[in-house]
Formats: sequence, structure tokens, C-alpha cells
Amino acid sequence: MNNDKVIQVESLTKMFGDFIAVNDITFDVNKGEIFGFLGANGAGKTTAMKMLIGISKPTFGKAHVAGFDVFTDAENIKKNIGYMSQKFALYDDLTVKENITFFGGIYGLSRKRIKEKANTLIEELGLGNVANQLVGSLPLGWKQKLSFSVSLIHDPKIVFLDEPTGGVDPITRRQFWELIYKAANQGTTIFVTTHYMDEAEYCDRVSIMVNGKIEALDTPKKLKEQFKAANMNDVFLKLARG
Amino acid sequence: MKRFKGFIKKEFYHIFRDKRSLFILFGMPIAQILLFGFAITNEINNVDIAILDHSKDATTNEIINKIAASEYFSIKQMVTREADIASVFQKGQVKAVLNFEKDFSKNLIKDHKATIQIITDATDPNTANTISNYVSAILQQYQKELNKDITIAYQIVPATRMVYNPELKSVYMFVPGVMTIILMLVSAMMTSISITREKELGTMEILLVSPLKPFQVIIGKVFPYIFLSIINAIVIVMLSIFIFNMPVQGSLVLLALESILFIISALALGILISTISATQQTAMMISLMGLMLPVILLSGFIFPISSMPFPLQIISNIIPAKWFIIIIKGIMLKGVGLEYIWKETLILMGMTVFFIALSVKKYKIRLE
Repeated sequence: MNNDKVIQVESLTKMFGDFIAVNDITFDVNKGEIFGFLGANGAGKTTAMKMLIGISKPTFGKAHVAGFDVFTDAENIKKNIGYMSQKFALYDDLTVKENITFFGGIYGLSRKRIKEKANTLIEELGLGNVANQLVGSLPLGWKQKLSFSVSLIHDPKIVFLDEPTGGVDPITRRQFWELIYKAANQGTTIFVTTHYMDEAEYCDRVSIMVNGKIEALDTPKKLKEQFKAANMNDVFLKLARG
Repeated sequence: MKRFKGFIKKEFYHIFRDKRSLFILFGMPIAQILLFGFAITNEINNVDIAILDHSKDATTNEIINKIAASEYFSIKQMVTREADIASVFQKGQVKAVLNFEKDFSKNLIKDHKATIQIITDATDPNTANTISNYVSAILQQYQKELNKDITIAYQIVPATRMVYNPELKSVYMFVPGVMTIILMLVSAMMTSISITREKELGTMEILLVSPLKPFQVIIGKVFPYIFLSIINAIVIVMLSIFIFNMPVQGSLVLLALESILFIISALALGILISTISATQQTAMMISLMGLMLPVILLSGFIFPISSMPFPLQIISNIIPAKWFIIIIKGIMLKGVGLEYIWKETLILMGMTVFFIALSVKKYKIRLE
């Protein structure tokens, strides 16, 4: 098994009754890579991602995440990945500090480690003034950044981001991507779904899903050449229209 | 274990920072007990009644004296004509009129039978029922005294079919019922809401992606409610002991164990509800309509099961609250031990196991 490939997927398929949500997808993700997982709503992105993070069982196919089999070793996968959902799920009625402590706790970090993490995290995000405020009172952009940092609290090998920048302004999105780059530079693999095509340009490689299948997979540059498109948006439109 | 502690701590933050939860948890039990204890009462005291005595003989005199002497009634006026009865009621001066037939004493001796008509103001049906029950009781008492030294029984027939029900006499019967409702409410409704809230907010997904196992998440969520339900049960029992002087006849330990059994069955129901509802509103509606209403209407708390139509009597058997009420009434009011209520306990246990199994199964399906 290749150590540089942190995600290996082969012929992964998920069926709900007769409906094939994810149809025979195959791809690899390299260590430290920012891998963009693109597709229209309903293309099967979220279903594919749920299989990789161990909360949905594949119908058939093979997949290894962080070196562990999704069929037999979901528990080990969970220890080695971080996850941020599109709902930036933090607890609104807990303070910034309490949220960090709670999530550090469920990943089994020691009390001392949680304290250290909380301090660096609050400092890096500039949340010092609001550390003891309820998360519910923070602006959305701050919640997102906090949620991302919390998903990294146990230093996972891979972090899965499900449409992390939905609903915020371009400046906040830009800042958010700076956090992603920083994490990637430190060796964390980033697996990110998005439907903002400008964000696709920030990724090292992107895959585009249409109707449950991966129709294209390469660097943004090569994809633009292949489809003779000026930007990723055109690539996407060409693919989606068939 | 450390993870578990952190989880519980977080759960308590949720509860103590939400005013609505706090009110339901702590305001409600106290309010309900006081309300049922003081405001809603089946007892009657010094109810004003009128008498229409067509005989005016020794026997009717004696009966009237007995009624006047009781603390339940005070005789407000004597009516002389049947025609006046309506106006007495319309003026709202009395709640009931006792109408002794003509030649009461003579009939009693000759036919061994005499009749009193008890006319009650049924605009308030509960009070009307209670009044006729009480009058009947007094008459029966008198009848017994009469028959003591006479071989052929004299019969005074009150024209009402009600049988006196001694359990109706006091506020005590409400305590077990209110306790059942509160435990159901806290355990089932609050847990189902708190679990669906995590689903709605998306935090449930985060928890399931974490190394926590699904059953750890669920146990973490229900544990605080077990704890709070037990506190609630204690508060209710204390209130009834110290404010209403209601003694708990049986073993407190048994009462506590049976309560915990019921709490667990309600929690399992709460988990079950949370697996089938996507939003907090749905969870609340299902809990209220599916659990609270049957508990209030069909458990025998307010309406006696024996006087329900037959199909409803059958249905009442599948309501855990029915069995719990029988159990705690037995322990609290009659002071019975496990040897008298083992059957009900076994049924409740069976139901609990069934609900837990069902909710685990449902929960697993949802995860697939």
C-alpha cells in the first residue's frame, strides 16, 4: 500500500433500493493535497463523503481512508479524520471555550492538551475578546473559522469539509481558504466539497461528479485545457450539460 | 469515562441555559402538584342544600338531623312545594335538594322501603356526583343503624345508582398521577427534543463522525434526564408528604426502584420518538399527542379504567403509565410490597425491554 495516498477509492458504489446514488467511483488523494470534490446538488457528493467518513456503509467497492478499510475499520478512521459539516455545527448555547473543550474531550485529548489547544486556537483566530461568549452571538464567518479549527483539534491526517463556505461573503471566504492553505502546509490532507467554482481554482486537484459518477479528475489547469474553458465554471457547465 | 463526563457536562449546560427546559423541569412539577392539590379537589365541604319533606315524621327528622350534623352539608332552607325546587336552583342558592316522599316512615315500616329523591345541580357534574355519593353514604349508615335490631331489613332507597368510592375522597390520588405525568414529560419529551435538536443543528452528524460510539452518544444524552427525573420524583414525594401530609405507606426504596424502571421505559420511548422525527417540533407534537394524552386520559389517572368502553380498556393495557400508576398507588396509598405488585412490575419491565430493543433497532436503521 502506498503511504503517500491517504485516500484510496476503488469502484465505490452506494445504492438506496434501485437508486444508484454513487456509481462506481475510483480515485486517490495524496498526502497534504487539497482535493476538491465538485458536483451539482444531488450529484452524490455528500453520499460519497459519508461513506469515506464512516457514517454510511458502501453497497460495494473498496475504500481506504488514512490506511484503514471503511468496511471493517470505521472506528480507526474516525480517530484519524476531522469533519466539518455544512451547518458549521457548534453548540450555540456553549461559549467558544466550552465548545473547544467539549470537542477536544470527545476526541480523547488530555485536559492539559485541550487547554493548550484552546489557547493557541483562540489566539490564532483572534477570538480572545469573545472566548467566554456564547457561540450563538458570533457572526457566521467567525463560527465557520472556529468550526474548522475545532475539526482540526485532534491533529487529524485528513479533514473533510462539506461545503464549508456556504452563505458567507467573498472576503470571509478568502480568509477561510487561507486557513485551509495553512493546514495543508502543515501536512493535513484537505478533502473539500463545494459548488463555488472560483474555490475550485484554489484546489490542487478537483474531481467533478455528475449523476453519481466522476466525470473528470485533474488539476484545475489541465481540466481547463482539456475542456478548452476559460475558467472552472465553464468546465463545470460543459460537463453538466453533457 | 472522561469523554463521557465532558459529554454530560455539556448536556447540563444545554439544560441550565435554556429557560424553557428549566421551567418544564422544575416549575412544572411544583405547579402541577400545587394545582392538583389545592385547586382541583373532589372533596366537598359545607355544601348548601335544601330539603323538601313531604312526610315530616320521626324518620325523616332523624335523617335530616344526620345530614345537618355532617360537615359536608349545611341545610340552607326548607322548601314546601315541588314547584319551588326550580327557583331555588335558579337562584343558585343550593347545590342539591333532598325530596322525601309522602308517608316516608309509614312506607318504611309497611313496605320495608321508602324513597328519597336527590336532585343535584349538574352544571358542575363532578360536584353533583360527589354530593349524591355523600348523601347515599349517610343514608346507608343510617340504614345500618336501623337494621341493627330488626330482623326484617328496612330499606331506604336513594334514587341514585352511584356507589361511594372512598378513593375519590381525597387529594391523595392525584399525587401518583401527577408524578407519572411529570416523569413521562421529563423523560420522554425532553430527551426526544434534546436528541432531535442535535439532529436539526447538525451536531449529531459531528458526534457520529467522532470516535464516540452511537450508544455512547445516546447514553450521554439521556443520563442527565435520568438524574433530573429522579430529583423530580423526590421533589414530588417531598411536597406531598410535607405540604399535603400524605404519608407514603410502603417502602421508599421500592418506590424509588419502580420509579427508575418507569423513567427508563419513558426514556426509551423518548429515544424512539427522536428516531422517527426530524425536527424538535415534530418530536414535541408526537410526545404530547402520542404520550401525554394517553397518559392523562387512558391511564386511569383521571378517568377510571373500569368505566371506560371495552375497546378503550383494552387499549389502556399497552400504556406503561397505567401499570406505573397501579404500582405507585399500591405503594404510596396502600403500603403494599412487591408481592402484590410483581405482576404489574413484570409487565412494565417487559415493556421497557421492548421499547429499548425497538429504539436500538430503529436507531441502527437510521445510521445505515
